[in-house]
Amino acid sequence: MADNLIEVRNLVKHFEVSKSLFSRNKKIVKAVDGISFDIKAGETLGLVGQSGCGKTTTARSLCLLDPKTSGNINFYNPDSQNMESFDNINEDGLKTFRRNIQMIFQDPYESLNPRWTIKDIIKEPLDIHNIGSLSEREEAIIEILRTVGLTPPENYLGRYPHEISGGQRQRVSIARTLVMKPKFVVCDEPTSMLDVSIRISIMDLMLNLAKELEVSYLYITHDLAVARYMCNRIAVMFNGKIVEIAETEELLQNPIHPYTKRLISSIPIPDPSFNREKYLINFDELDKIISNNPDEKMVDIGGGHFVATHNTKEFFIES
Amino acid sequence: MSKALLEVKNLSMHYDTMEGNVDAVKNISFEVNSGESFGLVGESGCGKTSVAMTLLQLQPDNSVITQGSIKLDGKELIGLSENDLRKVRWDSISIVFQGAMNAWNPVIKIGEQIREAMREHYPENTKQENMNKIIELFRMVGLDESTTDRYPHELSGGMKQRAVIALALSCDPKIIIADEPTTALDVVIQDQILNEIKKVQDLLGLSLIYISHDIAVIAEMTDKIAVMYAGSIVEMGPTKDVFKNPIHSYTRALLDSTPSIRGEKKKLKSLDGEPPSLINKIEGCSFAPRCPNRDTECNPSEHMRLVEVNPDHFADICSQGK
Repeated sequence: MADNLIEVRNLVKHFEVSKSLFSRNKKIVKAVDGISFDIKAGETLGLVGQSGCGKTTTARSLCLLDPKTSGNINFYNPDSQNMESFDNINEDGLKTFRRNIQMIFQDPYESLNPRWTIKDIIKEPLDIHNIGSLSEREEAIIEILRTVGLTPPENYLGRYPHEISGGQRQRVSIARTLVMKPKFVVCDEPTSMLDVSIRISIMDLMLNLAKELEVSYLYITHDLAVARYMCNRIAVMFNGKIVEIAETEELLQNPIHPYTKRLISSIPIPDPSFNREKYLINFDELDKIISNNPDEKMVDIGGGHFVATHNTKEFFIES
Repeated sequence: MSKALLEVKNLSMHYDTMEGNVDAVKNISFEVNSGESFGLVGESGCGKTSVAMTLLQLQPDNSVITQGSIKLDGKELIGLSENDLRKVRWDSISIVFQGAMNAWNPVIKIGEQIREAMREHYPENTKQENMNKIIELFRMVGLDESTTDRYPHELSGGMKQRAVIALALSCDPKIIIADEPTTALDVVIQDQILNEIKKVQDLLGLSLIYISHDIAVIAEMTDKIAVMYAGSIVEMGPTKDVFKNPIHSYTRALLDSTPSIRGEKKKLKSLDGEPPSLINKIEGCSFAPRCPNRDTECNPSEHMRLVEVNPDHFADICSQGK
């Protein structure tokens, strides 16, 4: 049995936005509104949903980049071998935490410092965390470059990001992340900027590294076809809530929530003789139903398949 | 024989840059019939957008068309004066650019911006006539009539893209070129926009040239496709035939690297290497350095040409390509 690496309970992240420059009334955007999920060691959980549904906010809260509004996040601390709450992290704990939780960003053109060489970029986290001696750091860099397929590593050390292609840049991002030997990596659409033929090699690389280095991923994407390839389980998010979560194939074969069905039916199929069936829903209606049931619980329908029912039966009547 | 609406023959174009000539379009020929959807698919930098720009004669100043012809309804477009071209553009052939939704002028109402284009092309129409037409088009692409009175920042990305499609339709073109019209949008909005494009195409009997790197979208949107690699068409044919029986190794690689939510979950194959730089002259097979089916009998310097392998299905053939 795999143990949980991350436990998220009722995570809430609200942003205050003032309606106009001079208005005193603050408007609250409920970017993430009470979500719960677990990630097991070595597992990849997909977080899918449309833009603006709160995927990236969830990711940022998990990495402590944005403080959460309320809720609980527990993380397995390999040093103490215990689940520890994010709330109780002290200075020392934070360092352990940052070493173990890393993030890969969407845009390899913007997330690498253009004035630094590849070597500097990968070395920075090692320097900050003071890991190993100088020569050990050099070795670690060369080894990780080899691991992510940038060979021979010596050819890349002195280069700048603009001298390498998009796919290679994303490999550098992955190297920078994994050189810390993290337990958990949050990936925010890491392949959406890449070309099709290069995308698969990056996805395969990440899958292999997950196995080799025993890393868990939270994989954020809006493309279910990509999520299917990458993830063991998928959580579907809509307007700050998780509406359905299940094993990948179970979710795709047997979706229950109307939003999941809508999402699945909007993925184009690379087969011209296949006629995709459209499943249409009224998003405003769904939004209303959800906001009218703020305290609802997800229902377990067996096999780890959870779905939000919104205390209403109508969704479950098959047409 | 029915005459093609758009006929491109042996078109070649390069960009004149400081580092040398970039051969963006190499000896391309294709035809688009009335009411047909034609897909151009390939990776970034393969020349898809250069083809689109050349069709509209909107290519940048440093580009040189070295050979070929573009005939629209039997009329040659290359060499037309700017004045004559203005009549062709938008009236006969219009384009939805990649990221066009971000090209709206932020301080002018959406409806007003479309009317501006129509005023240029229909000087005889009254303001009301044009406005009525715009409202009709907005309904067609699924936008509320009141949207004409809104500023771009009041609309979502999907709505702005719908308005761009309405703009492209405003002068009753015969052909619409859609250059990655959904790339910046998420899947649900993409689905809606694709539906909208299909709907207006059927309704108005338009021809469509759909440019994308997304094989799955191309599969759904088009009747005929051309696969581009390094500036050349390497395979072309009816979409169903090409998907069922891909000939060129690159086409097969593209199909093998596209994930799907249908069918068995299969191991996807990646392609090693990167597309070649178009600045260096490539003799013979441009795909040879990355070709997974290359073997000792293969002669990469052999000159490639499109061969009709099945009725209407053409492919660049080498000894490995069968």
